[in-house]
Amino acid sequence: MIECWNLFIAFFKIGLFTFGGGYAMLPLIQKEVVKRNWATEDEILDYYAIGQVTPGIIAINVSTFIGYKIKGVLGAITSMIGMLTPSVLIITTLAMGLSYFWDSPVVSHAFAGIRLVIPALIIPILIQMIKKSMKDKFCILILCYALVLSFFNILSPVFIVVLSGALGIIYKVLKRVK
Amino acid sequence: MIYLTLFYEFFKIGLFAIGGGLATIPFLFSLTHRFDWFTTQDLVSMIAVSESTPGPLGVNMATFAGYQTAGIWGGIVATIGLVFPALFIIIGISKILNKFKESFYVQSFFYGLRPAVSVMILVFVFNVCKVIVDLTPNLRSLLLSGFLFLCYLLLILRYKMHPIFFVLLAAFMGILLEL
Repeated sequence: MIECWNLFIAFFKIGLFTFGGGYAMLPLIQKEVVKRNWATEDEILDYYAIGQVTPGIIAINVSTFIGYKIKGVLGAITSMIGMLTPSVLIITTLAMGLSYFWDSPVVSHAFAGIRLVIPALIIPILIQMIKKSMKDKFCILILCYALVLSFFNILSPVFIVVLSGALGIIYKVLKRVK
Repeated sequence: MIYLTLFYEFFKIGLFAIGGGLATIPFLFSLTHRFDWFTTQDLVSMIAVSESTPGPLGVNMATFAGYQTAGIWGGIVATIGLVFPALFIIIGISKILNKFKESFYVQSFFYGLRPAVSVMILVFVFNVCKVIVDLTPNLRSLLLSGFLFLCYLLLILRYKMHPIFFVLLAAFMGILLEL
């Protein structure tokens, strides 16, 4: 029960302080999930990959994965609800006509300020992740081809992720044959 | 029964929109053609609000659209409908993964995947930076923003404080400097 409550609180915090969804919540996931040993960094990357290629909202998919890993079905549900609650509360008050608060210049300055810190929070984690996932030349090759394909919008992220996984299998099979 | 229809429509979006929040937008546009719940103009302002408030974009949009259609309960029902399929899909995949975790093919699949996910995050960071530059009105505020960004980066690398602390600090600086 205590574990479920912890999951709820952790994802409530993540939902409340994440601006931009899915990948923007990475720094908070790092702090609330990886530091607590609920999941490793590699697992988080795997969850993002699956969350990207399965239906639904990436942020919700990732939090459901972590919740299920820690406390089964009940954990999955509490993590999901924790992630949803801040959104529902904030959007409902907004839609109820408290929008004069959200339209105020103070709030828009605050949001403009927050926008600047998001890349600064993600970049150190990203560097760490790239360092960790570059195990050999093959990984560098995947990184380069995915980079080119996504920057020039040649393939959708869903296809890039699936293709990279398939290439991983082909590479390992060839290596084993040799 | 409006709640049932709302649940069903958002359940379908949760089941078919692959790739996160932005992928739900075309589905929401199709709702405006089939129902008189909200107009396309409403939808455009909903997207703007959902992007600048905390929480996942797709969830914010669902709550907003549901509220516009049927009040507080409408917002809750639409949101639950949206995430309902994910609960079953993710639990199902977790079960399969736990069973085949040691499998050579599953491990090779993820071996190829991880560098690609790093690229997705990199592209996300690049897009956020692009939005920041696009929204900056003049050179003076662009330089100020660049300077603040570097300060944050140094602080984050040097001190291991909770990200919430930095988000609050950045909000405070935004208000102070009228960004």
